[in-house]
Amino acid sequence: MHNYLHIENAKMVFDTKKGKFTALTDINLTVKQGEFIALIGHSGCGKSTLLNLVAGLTTPTDGILLLSEREIAGPGPERAVVFQNHSLLPWLTCFGNVYLAVERVFGAKENKAKLKERTQAALELVGLAHAMHKHPNEISGGMKQRVGIARALAMEPKVLLLDEPFGALDALTRAGLQDELMRIVQETHATTLMVTHDVDEAVLLSDRIVMMTNGPAATIGEILTVDLERPRDRLKLAENPHYHHLRGQVLEFLYQKHMKKAA
Amino acid sequence: MSAVTFNEGSLKDIMSHPDTVAATPEVPAIPRPTPFFATERGQALLEKLGNAFQAALPPVIGLILFVLLWQIVSTSGGDHGLPGPAKTWESAKVLFADPFYDNGPNDKGIGWNILHSLYRVGAGFGLAALIGIPLGFMIGRFRFLAGMTSPIISLLRPVSPLAWLPIGLYVFKETEPASLWVIFISSIWPIILNTAAGVSRVPQDYLNVARVLNLSELKIFTRILFPSVLPHLMTGIRLSMGVAWLVIVAAEMLTGGTGLGFWVWDEWNNLNVEHILIAIFIVGIVGLLLEQSLMLLAKRFNYE
Repeated sequence: MHNYLHIENAKMVFDTKKGKFTALTDINLTVKQGEFIALIGHSGCGKSTLLNLVAGLTTPTDGILLLSEREIAGPGPERAVVFQNHSLLPWLTCFGNVYLAVERVFGAKENKAKLKERTQAALELVGLAHAMHKHPNEISGGMKQRVGIARALAMEPKVLLLDEPFGALDALTRAGLQDELMRIVQETHATTLMVTHDVDEAVLLSDRIVMMTNGPAATIGEILTVDLERPRDRLKLAENPHYHHLRGQVLEFLYQKHMKKAA
Repeated sequence: MSAVTFNEGSLKDIMSHPDTVAATPEVPAIPRPTPFFATERGQALLEKLGNAFQAALPPVIGLILFVLLWQIVSTSGGDHGLPGPAKTWESAKVLFADPFYDNGPNDKGIGWNILHSLYRVGAGFGLAALIGIPLGFMIGRFRFLAGMTSPIISLLRPVSPLAWLPIGLYVFKETEPASLWVIFISSIWPIILNTAAGVSRVPQDYLNVARVLNLSELKIFTRILFPSVLPHLMTGIRLSMGVAWLVIVAAEMLTGGTGLGFWVWDEWNNLNVEHILIAIFIVGIVGLLLEQSLMLLAKRFNYE
């Protein structure tokens, strides 16, 4: 496992109507291949901004981002993003949404039958083979998010970027999808960055939790290594004292050291 | 109140009495079919009919009142008043009995006139769509172009359509292309503006998907931009069609020859007021049908 994703002194300043707004500053982070990183912090701390920098959707004002020793200069299909609000195209079926991504990544070297097979496999992976030919407005929020994940996974990305992927879902659906995500990441060994504001989710899923200070000019406060055995089982973890210890540490960071003042 | 009253108990007494039993012959009970309106389907149908009736009631009352008002206006005018509903109806029956006769250039059936007007609207509007849609896409996509065209559009859009007619006549030297030109120039603005607005309002989420996938410009257009803009585009088309249909009557009044507008003016010269009233209804009904069919088409492209 070598250092794969490398962020050095990244700084992000936005031009707003009220002048310059420093969202992020002094971000330094190194991620190993296959590692699962959770970015956690209060809302408005720039978690999503950091994710967008890695995605290449925004360019840093200062600093360098490297992916396998090459600078990230823009978005690309090797860094698949699962968006917060699923961002499925409503005029395409679930199949069509995933196929669009598959066609883009593999269309040049594979024939149509193979592309369709890939699309189908990705939808099967998230348990949606039955809803393949439905449009996004015909399926539930959890299913839409699964299609979003299938679209990202079908691209066989080097890095999987998840922006609060389960934030809008009810607790039961969320737990189901977390388990599925754990299984999939285990199978595909994708390097994963996930933005979340859910402490349990962060501890359950990740290898390391990057805890961010409050904005403006947010930065990385602490990094917590989650040394729990994999595969993890949420029921067994509930009785694991070390799990509760880790969870407590994240809570302490969020609610004692960096309590957000009520607006 | 019935004069004879008995309770259930006394009825049972009579029934069980050995003398009364002999009077009833043994008839095998035939199961009677449930009446249709008592079944679930019948009930649903009744409810539907009731709803339809309730929905239709206000428009029907409105129309009846309108016709009454018309009758009052026409009778209060005396001999020189407006023709009343009955007289206009009789005249319309004659008119529509033979809609497609052709007695030379100035005397054609009403059907021909409607078709000519529709053709002009179709052609002028088609040209406007052909040029307006791509232009709208470009204006929406490139901010520089939007800045360039914005003063021109703002300046030309409020101009009354008929002000363009002399320009058309001067340039084309003929009335037919001149009236197409008027339709074209007055119906192009809603198409351009709505398309441009649609393009600039494509949700950032969809564009982010395009960026992450690194899609080609062609794919961005066919898979993201075009479908996303389509509802806006349909609104533009609907508004344009409305304007075109408004303008055609006036344009044809001035250019003459054929068409509903020409017919209205011709009947004014003949002092045939019934026909003018009929023309107003035709213009209204055709406009309504155009609008409704475009609405139906627009529904097809509503994804939410």
